[in-house]
Amino acid sequence: MILLRRLFFFAVGLFLALPLIVVAGVSINEKQTLAFPPQGFSLAWYGEIFLNDDWRNALFASLTLAALSAALALLVALPLAWFLWRRIAPWANIFQLLGIAPFTLPPVITALGLLTFWATSGFYGQPWTAVISHAIFFVTLPLVTLSLGFSAIDRSLVEAAATMGADDQTIFRTVVLPLILPYMVSGYAFAFVLSLNEYIVAYMTVGFTMETLPIKIFNALRYGYTPTMASVTVLFLVIAALVFGLIARFGDLPKLLGAMGEDR
Amino acid sequence: MRREPPQRFPDYGPLMFPAAMLVVFFVIPFATMIAVSFFERQQGGFYEPAFVFDNYGRFLSLFFGKVLAFSLFLAMAVAAACVTIGVPFTYLLSRSSRGTQIRWLVVLLSILSLSEVMIGFAWSTLLSRTAGITNLFAMLGLMDAQALTPSFGAVMTAMTYQALPYTVLVLYPALVRLDPTLTEAARTLGASPVRAFFTVIVPALRNTILATLIMVFIFALGSYLLPQLLGRPQHWTLSVLITDQAIYQSNMPFAAAMAVFLVLVSLSLVGLAVYAGRQKEAA
Repeated sequence: MILLRRLFFFAVGLFLALPLIVVAGVSINEKQTLAFPPQGFSLAWYGEIFLNDDWRNALFASLTLAALSAALALLVALPLAWFLWRRIAPWANIFQLLGIAPFTLPPVITALGLLTFWATSGFYGQPWTAVISHAIFFVTLPLVTLSLGFSAIDRSLVEAAATMGADDQTIFRTVVLPLILPYMVSGYAFAFVLSLNEYIVAYMTVGFTMETLPIKIFNALRYGYTPTMASVTVLFLVIAALVFGLIARFGDLPKLLGAMGEDR
Repeated sequence: MRREPPQRFPDYGPLMFPAAMLVVFFVIPFATMIAVSFFERQQGGFYEPAFVFDNYGRFLSLFFGKVLAFSLFLAMAVAAACVTIGVPFTYLLSRSSRGTQIRWLVVLLSILSLSEVMIGFAWSTLLSRTAGITNLFAMLGLMDAQALTPSFGAVMTAMTYQALPYTVLVLYPALVRLDPTLTEAARTLGASPVRAFFTVIVPALRNTILATLIMVFIFALGSYLLPQLLGRPQHWTLSVLITDQAIYQSNMPFAAAMAVFLVLVSLSLVGLAVYAGRQKEAA
């Protein structure tokens, strides 16, 4: 049984790792060839991400977009999750549903909806429209982690503060905020990583005026191949693994994911 | 603090910003898209307000029927493959040590968040002639190096790759909570582990598995880049067609009509999944 399990885990692991191993191999080719096993060894293609203007701009665009949209998603999710926890207002659950909908439906739908909206309102192509679009698209993630964070708060703690005369604002700042901070961080991190990698919504909203890294890779793929695509893929994989590894190190990842599945 | 209904106007304060954002940037765009789906297309990619059903009428063509049938078939095949691998895998994972679980979860999350462009690129490299897996077989003398894309197998494999982490993460909460005494009882009564899995675990999870199948089906329905990067035009799905019509053919009304159709399909499936999930609680 244990052997069977090891074998099965190994097979799934191999399936998951194989394309990434080849990409990692390709990324260290010495010349601009698509060869595996790699011919020669060079880290130049990693340097290219930061030295080549096009790639650096795309990386910068992606990082800015991800940082801002994840922050906006958190700003939308926090008061909503707080209100739903603090008040009895069943009708307000509709907003929770609205927050989860874009993430559950096929992404092309949200993308097209936003495209028609920005085109109709005349803001099509402005970089900030991508920030709002991604924030709405990924608001699910902080919303779910925060709902979980609030439900974990012992209400008697807050009650005690209220009895001592603290108003809502003071309670929020001194009692609630410190308790849900870890959930805010993980919600932000989830939204950040997913925004970094998102293609279709970014492409449909600002695809013709701004290049994020996924858009840049897709555009470059049409004209042929460069190992920089491989090095960027490895870089993004490392960023994701680092972020999720940190969440696992300082938070309770199984619990976070357990709740996420429950909400779907 | 007791939960209480909002009484005075300021009590609604926290709700203002999120509600406004969601209504303005999700509900209104959604409504705009539905409206555009009834608009009339003009020459040169413009469209003007109207109320016509022409865009929906185009669904009745043979071409559209083929694309729709292929999309549904592909999503179903991917969902079936993912659940077949995902259920035993997640079951074994949920019975592993906490450390093992966390390591796998980090790996699965990292791959799940990886851009579809990058997954497509990785698979097209793995299946290419010069850097692909066939080189390995060639070295072993099994076959000549050759390109395995574009092909249906490539699309199917890459989509399974993309959806498998999602499948495991959807199944994970249900399997973690599964009562361990279930298998223990079966084992005490003399069933082999594999037999216990198929005769006790799978039936106990019937509704969870059904709900997961539907969720993965919707997830696969949303794949738009992999069929483009790894398949031939006949492997295009509804999602690809919507993007193509909206961006390259500049036919927004038709793209919007197809998107509305996709929403209806997805929503009815979500309803079904929720229903299947409820059944589980009742049982």
